[in-house]
Amino acid sequence: MILPLRLEQLSYRGILGPLSLELEAGPSTIILGANGAGKSVLMRLMHGLLTPTEGRISWRSENPGRHQAMVFQRPVMLRRSALANVVYALKVAGVDDAQRVALDALKEVGLAHLARRSARVLSGGEQQRLALARAWALHPEVLFLDEPTASLDPGATREIEALIRAFDGSGTKVVMATHNLGQARRLGDEVLFLHQGRLVERAPVERFFTQPASAEAAAFIKGELPWV
Amino acid sequence: MQDIAKSLAGAAQLIVAGDPTLAGVVLLSLQVSLTAVLLATLLGLPLGAAIAVGRFRGRRALIVLLNALMGLPPVVVGLVVYLLLSRAGPLGELGLLFTPGAMVIAQTILIVPIIAALCRQSVEDAWREYEEQLRSLGARGVGAALTVLWDIRFSLLTAVLAGLGRASAEVGAVMIVGGNIDGVTRVMTTAIALETSKGDLPLALSLGIVLITLVLALNAAAYLVKEAAQQKYG
Repeated sequence: MILPLRLEQLSYRGILGPLSLELEAGPSTIILGANGAGKSVLMRLMHGLLTPTEGRISWRSENPGRHQAMVFQRPVMLRRSALANVVYALKVAGVDDAQRVALDALKEVGLAHLARRSARVLSGGEQQRLALARAWALHPEVLFLDEPTASLDPGATREIEALIRAFDGSGTKVVMATHNLGQARRLGDEVLFLHQGRLVERAPVERFFTQPASAEAAAFIKGELPWV
Repeated sequence: MQDIAKSLAGAAQLIVAGDPTLAGVVLLSLQVSLTAVLLATLLGLPLGAAIAVGRFRGRRALIVLLNALMGLPPVVVGLVVYLLLSRAGPLGELGLLFTPGAMVIAQTILIVPIIAALCRQSVEDAWREYEEQLRSLGARGVGAALTVLWDIRFSLLTAVLAGLGRASAEVGAVMIVGGNIDGVTRVMTTAIALETSKGDLPLALSLGIVLITLVLALNAAAYLVKEAAQQKYG
């Protein structure tokens, strides 16, 4: 178990913080906020892709890198087959029997029939499913998702959301940044609302949408809803 | 006009007959330039990749320098290598001056910057795209760099070919350090220069035709390989 994750007085340049919070295993956490609010920076700090300029990030156990994965808005696939992309991730992580595990992961996301196809010629939705398979294969304890459906059409978005729900159901802690309020409601248990780099509000999803405690959150919900 | 026609006819005859002088010169050219490209690739790709991915002081100055060195004048490189290899020079004892070895050295120096600079650009662009994903997966350092190099191998082919084009087309450097000795260090470009001044236009022209055909064929092959790879891998 690498959770809980504790952030103490965390800052990153002038963009984010200072911010303190603790993430526990269990509820899926949605990071909401307008563009530039610091959602992506916060996720990258938690995942270890950025180093905070001030403050501390601590996981419960040492060496948490192996037990977390991240899916980006635009998946980056290597110029090799879909299967080989998953196998690559497994080999880097030192997993035995990578071929079999990778095939299972592809089956899980419904891409087994495209296993031999080159990853980069797949459609945007298929590539994002492949990115989820790559993450799935690693059985992460925590899965970070940075606006995973922002560049996908509604059909592909539905498929990705179903997979994220499956991740959640299997016990993986889902931490997802989005500015799609409908998606936040569908997939989230709790909301972290960021505004101009500060954590303004943290609340269960239903309460956040029906009774936002802060003026910023109320304005954000009101401003975004018509376009959901 | 008649001269050109006559020279062309003579050139065609030499090529079709497989003239031994012509064949010898062509072979030596290929040997020298391909060896130089191989060495320059082994030096230039890691150098370019390291500069692309590394973060160190003076990196920007190094990039500017590398880009500037792409336009090194061959005669100047020839002169410097000549000074180094000449009997009184620091590397004179090697006895390399006026041998194909000296020509390989000069051409390697000439094209390392080309391959390194083009590789640096390709790797840097790719790295921008891949870095976060690879780090997220836990790939680091040399392993991550090799993954990126392998993934853009077909783009790097273009860099290597640019080097080969430069090596096989330059005349100044090999003329100075090779000396254009018949049967020993005479390559296509130096032979063309010599035969033209001697007035043996058919031989000069036939060499020119072979040279251009080779360069064209290589580039066509590389283009087709790259296109096929693009289709297959995206």
